[in-house]
Amino acid sequence: MLENESNPTISKSTGLPRKRFYRARAHSNPLSDSHFPVPISPCHVDYSFHYPQLVSSDQVDSNKKIQFADVGCGFGGLLISLSTLFPETLMIGMELRDKVTEYVKERISALRATNPGQYQNISVVRTNSMKYLPNYFGKGQLSKMFFLFPDPHFKEKNHRRRVISPHLLDEYAYVLEIGGIIYTITDVEELGEWMNSCLASHPLFEALTVVELGADPVIKLLSTATEEGQKVARNGGQTFQAVYRRIVPSQ
Amino acid sequence: MDDTQVEAGDNNRDIEVAPALISVHPNQNSVAVAVGSDLRIFDLRGGCGVSLVDDSAQPFHKDSIRAIRYSANGKLLVSAADDKLVKIWSTDSWRCVSSVCSEKRVSAVAISEDGLYVCFSDKFGVVWVVDLHELEGNESLVSRKAAPLLAHYCSIITSLEFSPDGQFIVSADRDFKIRVTVFPKKPLDGAHEIQSFCLGHTEFVSCLAFICTMDYPQGFLVSGSGDSTVRLWDITSGFLLDTCEVGAKAGLLESNRSDEGCSTVSDLCIILDGNLIAVAIQSLQGIMLLHCDLSSRTLNVIKVVSIMGESFIPTSLGSSSHAELLWMVTGVSKLSGSDCNSLARVRVLSGFKKSNPDSVGHELTVMRDDELPGAEKLLEKLQGSVSIEENVFLAAAEAVKTAMCNLLIKKQYSMEKREFRKRSRNDRKIKQ
Ligand SMILES: C[S@@+](CC[C@H](N)C(=O)[O-])C[C@H]1O[C@@H](n2cnc3c(N)ncnc32)[C@H](O)[C@@H]1O
Repeated sequence: MLENESNPTISKSTGLPRKRFYRARAHSNPLSDSHFPVPISPCHVDYSFHYPQLVSSDQVDSNKKIQFADVGCGFGGLLISLSTLFPETLMIGMELRDKVTEYVKERISALRATNPGQYQNISVVRTNSMKYLPNYFGKGQLSKMFFLFPDPHFKEKNHRRRVISPHLLDEYAYVLEIGGIIYTITDVEELGEWMNSCLASHPLFEALTVVELGADPVIKLLSTATEEGQKVARNGGQTFQAVYRRIVPSQ
Repeated sequence: MDDTQVEAGDNNRDIEVAPALISVHPNQNSVAVAVGSDLRIFDLRGGCGVSLVDDSAQPFHKDSIRAIRYSANGKLLVSAADDKLVKIWSTDSWRCVSSVCSEKRVSAVAISEDGLYVCFSDKFGVVWVVDLHELEGNESLVSRKAAPLLAHYCSIITSLEFSPDGQFIVSADRDFKIRVTVFPKKPLDGAHEIQSFCLGHTEFVSCLAFICTMDYPQGFLVSGSGDSTVRLWDITSGFLLDTCEVGAKAGLLESNRSDEGCSTVSDLCIILDGNLIAVAIQSLQGIMLLHCDLSSRTLNVIKVVSIMGESFIPTSLGSSSHAELLWMVTGVSKLSGSDCNSLARVRVLSGFKKSNPDSVGHELTVMRDDELPGAEKLLEKLQGSVSIEENVFLAAAEAVKTAMCNLLIKKQYSMEKREFRKRSRNDRKIKQ
C-alpha cells in the first residue's frame, strides 16, 4: 500500500521513513499556542482513525480505551517496543513537533504494512500534552504514562515549561488509574532530581520499591527503547529515573 | 509553519479596557460597582453612598478592577485589580481588612462558602489561596501571603466558583476547559485531587454560576462561553447535561454574521435561588432569561428582556439570593478619546416572583431611574452622575461592545510582529 517507489522520504531498502527528511527544531516552546485540532473531549477521540484494524468506526462505544501514553514520544521508539510487549493494549504517543509526529505516523504505517496484524495498537497525535491531556483521556483511564528524556529547560524562569511539575502532576494523577504507573528518565542530573522531588512530594504518588522495579519488564526499555536513550547510551551517559505509582490519598 | 506565539503570561498590556462590574450583597444590604480603578458602594439599607477606608493606599486601586465579589455570609467584599492587589473589605466597617499582593495581574476571585478562604487566579493560570482564619474579630490591617492552590497550564482563568456545598472549587479558562477540583481540608498545601473536567465548549469559557435548590442542594453548574452557548453540567462526573444556543436563539447569529464573536455570553446570574438564569450576551440590548428544569436537566429560553431607549448592553449582572431584582451595569474604563474615564450606567429589572416561576417574564419591568431604591443618590454614587449624556453614553456602549468582543479572543500577531517576537525571545538556549 505504500507509495514508496516515488517517495524520497521513504527508504527503498527498509520501507521505513528516512529520519533526515523529518528533521526539526530541537526544542519547542510548549507555552506557545498552535493550530492543530484538539478533540473537544475524550469521547471525541477517533479510535477508528488511530486503530483501524482493532476498532471499527461503527463500534463507537467500544470499551477499548487507550491505556498507555508516551508523552513527548519523539521518534516513537518506545511505542514500537511496547507494541509487541503488550499487543492487547492500545497506546498513543503525544508529540508537539509537527514533523516528528509525521515521521512517527509514517513509521507506524510502514511497520503495519510490512508486519501484517502487528503494530495495530500504537498511534501518535500532534498535541501539546501540557495543555490538552484531559481532552484525550478521562478520569483514571491510563495505566501507564511515560516521560522519557524530556526537554530540560534549565533556567529557573523556564521551569514552568517542564513537563513534570507539581501542578501538572495533579492532571497526571487524574488521568491515571489507581495503581497506574508514571515512568520518567533523563540524562540530565538536575532534571532527574527535580522530577523525583516533584513526584516524591506529591500526595497522590508513591515510589516503586526496588523489588517492584526489578519485576517490571518495562523498566529496561526506559533507557534502551527510545532514540534519545540510545544516543545517551552510545555516549556512555548516565541516566536518572523516577518511577511512581498513583495512590489513593491518605485520609 | 510556525505557530502564533501567544503566552498567557504576556507582559504587554494587550487588553486595555476593563468592563464595569456589579455585585449585590446576599441580603441586598448594599450594591457594589467597579469602573476602571473606582470601587463604588451604595448602602441600600441606609440609603446612602459608602466611603471606603483603606489606611494602606490612596487611591485604593491603582489600575482597572477585574473582579468584585461578596462572601456568601455577606461579611466581606473582595476586589481585585490590574494593580496586582486583592483587597478584602469588611462590609460592617467598610475598612480594608487585608491587602494581598499577587505576582501577576488577577483575573477572577472566589470566596469559600464558610468565608475562611479567598481564592484568586492570575494571568498565568495559577489559582492562589489566602487563609482568613485570623481575620475573625480582628479588624486591623494585615498584609497576607497567598499560597498556590492549583494551575491551568498556561491559560488565562476566566472564572472561579465554589460549589454550594463548599466541596469543590471550579475554574474555567480560555482553552474551553472547566476544571472541578476537590477543595481540600488544608488548602495551603494545594488542591491536587481533580474531580472532573467539564468539556464541551468550543470557545473560551467566560462565566460560571451554580444553580442550587432545596431539591438539589449539591447544585448544578452553568457556564457561558464565546461559543454563544450556555451549558448545564453535573460536576461530579463532568457530564454535559444540556446546551442552550443562546446566541442563535437571540437571533444574533443571523443578524450579526459579520460581527463574529459578538454573541459571546459575557455574564450569567442566577435569580431567586434557583431556576432562573439571566444571561448577558454581547450585542444584546438587555438580557436573555433562561429557565433551568433540574428534574429533566434542561435549559429553556423564556424570553429576551429588551431595554429600550438607550443602547444598554450589560457588561455585568448581579442579584442577591432572595430579592426580586436583577441588577445590571454597563460601562468601561479607559475610553480612548474621552475624559470621562469612569462611565457606568446602572439598570434594574424587577418583578421576579418566587411563587410562580412559570409565569415569569410577564411582570418583568425595567425600573425607571426614579423608582430605584435610593433613586438619585444611588445613581450619583454608582454611575458617577445622575444622568448620563446620551451621546457619551452611546459612545460607551460602542466601546463596550468592541472591548468585550476583543477581550477574550486570542490575539493573533501579524507576521512581522511574530518575527520580531521570535528574534527578541530570550528563552532560546544552546543545547548542551
Ligand atoms: C528530548 S525529546 C525525547 C523524545 C523521546 N521521548 C525519546 O526518548 O527519544 C523530548 C520530546 O518531547 C516533545 N515535547 C516537548 N514538550 C511537549 C509537549 N508539551 N507536548 C508534547 N510533546 C512535547 C519534544 O518535541 C521532543 O520531541
